[in-house]
Amino acid sequence: MSSATVFAPPAGSVPPDPAWRRRINAAIVFIVLLWPMLVFSEFKPWILFDSQSMAASGRFLGAFFHPVVNTEFLALVLVNTWQTVAIATAGLALAMLGAVPATLIITERLSISRLGRGRMRPAAALLRHSVRSVLVLLRSVPELVWALLFVRVIGLGPTAGVLAIALTYSGMLGKVYAEILESSDAHGTDTLLANGGGRLASFLYGALPESAAELVSYTVYRWECAIRGSAVMGFVGAGGLGQRMDESTRNMVGGEVATMLIVFVLLVGLADLVSKLLRRRLG
Amino acid sequence: MDARLPPPPRRQRSTWLLLAFLIALVAASFASLPLKFGDLFTAEAWTTTAEFLDGFAPPETATPFLIKTGYAALETMSMSALGTLLAVVAGLAFALPAAGRFGAAPRALVRGLLNILRAVPELVWASLMLVAAGLGPFGGTLALAFHTSGVLGRLFADALENADPLPQQTLLTNGATPLAAFWYATFQQTLPQMLSYTLYRWENNIRAAAVLGVVGAGGLGQMLKYHLSLFQMQDAATVIIAMLALVALVDAISFLLRRTLTR
Repeated sequence: MSSATVFAPPAGSVPPDPAWRRRINAAIVFIVLLWPMLVFSEFKPWILFDSQSMAASGRFLGAFFHPVVNTEFLALVLVNTWQTVAIATAGLALAMLGAVPATLIITERLSISRLGRGRMRPAAALLRHSVRSVLVLLRSVPELVWALLFVRVIGLGPTAGVLAIALTYSGMLGKVYAEILESSDAHGTDTLLANGGGRLASFLYGALPESAAELVSYTVYRWECAIRGSAVMGFVGAGGLGQRMDESTRNMVGGEVATMLIVFVLLVGLADLVSKLLRRRLG
Repeated sequence: MDARLPPPPRRQRSTWLLLAFLIALVAASFASLPLKFGDLFTAEAWTTTAEFLDGFAPPETATPFLIKTGYAALETMSMSALGTLLAVVAGLAFALPAAGRFGAAPRALVRGLLNILRAVPELVWASLMLVAAGLGPFGGTLALAFHTSGVLGRLFADALENADPLPQQTLLTNGATPLAAFWYATFQQTLPQMLSYTLYRWENNIRAAAVLGVVGAGGLGQMLKYHLSLFQMQDAATVIIAMLALVALVDAISFLLRRTLTR
């Protein structure tokens, strides 16, 4: 028997799938994993279509086509929209107050003892490590959970939102600032440090000019995220657009929710645009 | 020595304007908000905060409560995974028209729809879903699916558009049907990228799912809100720890999956 007859498939037929066994195993694993998930998440799409829920969502959705546009309500929405932006901006400003010193501490590029022998003093390594752990803790608790906690401590209102953004974002900014600085060209900073420059001077004249554009660009991007975050935090009572939206949804006033959703989408679009323009300027 | 230094570069006027605008924005933000930082720095506030923080330790570790927390964690996990899965299906369905495969008009239309889906955060979707789906994890799952399908639809569409068109054209000119040509060329080319995006969104969704519950969409968030509102701090501490552990777990799973799937 020649090898040609073995490998030539019969004319007109499709050769069997060489990976069929793997595909069937994968499908079985998938179904076995999917089943408990459907149970746990109470996945019952049909409840969307029972008459009671249909009527409720029908009324709610119907009202969506008549956004409330009277002057009084629009003024209220405008005030709350500004509050949302203000919470994000104030929160981010506070976050930078925390993040910049933290960055200066944890950036290994600014370590003097590392120069030459490549190893940090144990005390310095410990300090960097502990500040970094604090930053991890700050950013791994979701901003919404921070907001819930602060609403408990200081009561409803924008203060909770500002503090929540300040804490979460100082954790994020500190980490990413340090990463950006570490990834810049080391030559300038190292030379300044090796020739006796102080840490702050080496940072200002070495690392900062290298990565200033990237740092600012990331901050602007975070500002955009903070606006989204501050709108969402309103849902736990931290003020701004979210709080009004929550109230209107609870009262099932679809028209008001529609107006606020439109304003929110426009706001996010605007923040996106401003952020894009600012970042383009920085090149 | 100063005389030999080159003159500093001229600053553009628009830079100063931009800086002034930013400073004004920050100042206006602080000025216009009814912030109560003053209250925060009184001796009374410190004792309240200290008591509050003290209440968290030690976290509740009674077995029935741990089982309840575990159940909520599974609920959160299921919400995130199922929401992502639904979003992958919907995202693929949106991506084909959004990548311009059915002409320019459907492309613009679907991209607009995806923008809206994406612009509304998960939590807002969840609070809207509560009207239709009632309290519980199902509404949360749908909310995640809505937002994520907006994100994934856009990312998938971009991946499809950026894929090298040559393999597909070769199949088409050699007589393959358009569906087969898509399936055996463009889809296979973009699959690793799409898997990578999916895993990334899953990591995002587990974080979102953990907190979605605060509007009543089930899982750990709902437990946290419940126990915090009753000032049961030790229970709340356990729930927060469970959230952090779950997020870390999903990150680890996703890391492993990414290594095996997108190799």
